[in-house]
Amino acid sequence: MNNKIKKLVPQVLTILFVILIFGFFTLNAQVNMDNRGIDFGFGFLKQEASFDMQFTLLDYDGQDSYAWAYVVALLNTLLVSFLGIIFCTILGVIIGVARLSQNFLIRNSAAWYVEFFRNIPLLLQIFFWYYAALRALPLPETAEPWFGVTYMTIKGYYIPSMIWENLNVFLSCLLAAIVSIIFIRIYARKLQEREGKQLPVFYISIGLLIILPLLSFLIGGVKLDFELPVLKQLAQTSFIFEGGIALPPELIALVVALSLYTSTFVAECVRAGIQGISKGQKEAAASVGLNPNQILKLVIMPQALRIIIPPTTNQYLNLTKNSSLAAAIAYPDLVLVFAGTALMQTGKAIEIVGITMLTYLTISLSIAALMNWYNKRIEIKEK
Amino acid sequence: MFKHLKQLTSLVAMIAVVFAFTTEAMAKKSKTLKNTQKKGFVRCGVSQGLPGFSNADASGNWTGIDVDVCRAVAAAVLGDANKVKFTPLSAKERFTALTSGEIDILSRNTTWTLSRDADIGLTFVGVNFYDGQGFMVRKSSGITSTGQFKDGISACTNIGTTTELNMRDFFNSKGIKYEPVAFEKADEVVAAYDAGRCDTYTTDKSGLAAQRTKMKNPDEHIVLPETISKEPLGPVVRQGDAVWEDIVRWSLNTMIEAEEYGITSANADSMKTSDNPAIKRLVGAEGEMGAAFGLDNEWNLRIIKQVGNYGESYKRNIADTGILPDRGPNQLWTKGGILYVPPAR
Repeated sequence: MNNKIKKLVPQVLTILFVILIFGFFTLNAQVNMDNRGIDFGFGFLKQEASFDMQFTLLDYDGQDSYAWAYVVALLNTLLVSFLGIIFCTILGVIIGVARLSQNFLIRNSAAWYVEFFRNIPLLLQIFFWYYAALRALPLPETAEPWFGVTYMTIKGYYIPSMIWENLNVFLSCLLAAIVSIIFIRIYARKLQEREGKQLPVFYISIGLLIILPLLSFLIGGVKLDFELPVLKQLAQTSFIFEGGIALPPELIALVVALSLYTSTFVAECVRAGIQGISKGQKEAAASVGLNPNQILKLVIMPQALRIIIPPTTNQYLNLTKNSSLAAAIAYPDLVLVFAGTALMQTGKAIEIVGITMLTYLTISLSIAALMNWYNKRIEIKEK
Repeated sequence: MFKHLKQLTSLVAMIAVVFAFTTEAMAKKSKTLKNTQKKGFVRCGVSQGLPGFSNADASGNWTGIDVDVCRAVAAAVLGDANKVKFTPLSAKERFTALTSGEIDILSRNTTWTLSRDADIGLTFVGVNFYDGQGFMVRKSSGITSTGQFKDGISACTNIGTTTELNMRDFFNSKGIKYEPVAFEKADEVVAAYDAGRCDTYTTDKSGLAAQRTKMKNPDEHIVLPETISKEPLGPVVRQGDAVWEDIVRWSLNTMIEAEEYGITSANADSMKTSDNPAIKRLVGAEGEMGAAFGLDNEWNLRIIKQVGNYGESYKRNIADTGILPDRGPNQLWTKGGILYVPPAR
């Protein structure tokens, strides 16, 4: 009993201490806000935002509410994080494997790449891509097409947009292809367990993914047209492209900088993961008759991933948080729009900064939860 | 007996407490003034560099008409116009810095609007520059009026300003689709516009004129004649300290009224013997004009001697630097402008 109390007392004291500190800060903020005649409340979220955004994924107009502006800005943040995570993973894996190459040139270029991009502050890299690289791009009127129909200019990257007819038919065909691939994989595994036969699952999957959507064009009445960007004159020396999709240079600069920077850390995780598997594993796999492809897929990667995933999760989280540097180059992300313009127009500093912090926390925890789940799935199942 | 004694003492104690509070309330003039005098400098929030308004030179000396407001307050309350600590702030940071108590005056080309005045714990004390929003374009574009703007035009500006809202109102009312590119810092806006990212750069016209001097080649750009908004710019203080508010308001008013009566930094001392009582009041030779603020009687004389009148400040910072040689509406009401301040009496 006495022992129990002894254990309990410091814990209760700690909790009390934490509550006291929080209470003090809340009270302090309240008193100061009262003195200055500032109200606390979230009513402003329903008010008209009355500012425009340069780039949005969903329809947004200045007449919409601050709450909707928040959603739209959040999507912009998620878009940058999503693109950044994809590109940094692809680049990171390539560079990480290249660092272990037998080829002197490849190995050392990869090492230089890592050391270079890892050791320059990210904000500087963003400024470089936006201001230095952007200035080198041509104006719309002098831009040469890339791949025939796309234009990289100082005002953005213009690509053709797709105009679908019967898009739903196409999408259902795609869905059907994916569902059937899942079933075939399950069947193939059962077949292998039962009879030891192997199906060429990979080729079947690719075939299905191509043939089914293709059929929708031939007999499903699906049509796809492209709207090409066309040069339009605004004034004597001022041009833009109209039609198609315009990717703003802010988005491009941000994704490039974030991907290049984070890929160096991912590359190091990948290298560490592969080097962490002892040579004996490969030799043992070869001696039981697996081919190199199977060795990588069935022996090396499952083990390497266990080492790679946890630190890579950290890098994904970093990338997401670093995306808030968007504010420096006018990309309308959560920090620039919500914690910037909206905060300024409403003056609700505590509410808005609080919401923004909670949002980043939620995004980060979600990514961490997802990666933890994946990590659980691939970790060694002790029997 | 003892019971009654106890009651009596508690009554006396209560009276003492109430009395102590009232006397303290009477003695307490302005908390901000007291803190400022204790610290020995005025804490002033300015821009991150807008020539003519608030700009630091290579050795860190701040100049500009917004800077002069803070210097005037320092001269009034501390006796030395140089006792100012300047904090450069972005448009986004400025109000938080003021309401959180990091600075005591915000003198940063800030537009006086209803929602800012009423909503966010701020009080605007006056106007030191009447401005309006305009557009800058490249001369080579051939655009000479906003009527030539077309769908798809991209406009660079700052976030957290009234500019962002006016711009939307303007383009919406004209039915023009536009691409807003909003940066956090003015320097970034200028760099992006200069690089060709945007077709037009929009902000207050004084700001356009000032930023033009920072461009690679200022002659390649013009400011369009149209003005799309009213932008009365002025110093701001925190809500809740009425005396401090009055000090800042009347420091600014003193500069403007001094110009009206022809009192300059050079002749201020000799004006003490003037026949005009209005002039004598402005140089501390008549009346008790400082007592209400808890200041001595020569607070306004010090402002004029050390900082100069409004006209001197304008000439030094805006006209002589070639930013806006024509005073436009920022001329005294007696000379066709709209500068009109209540009398100091």
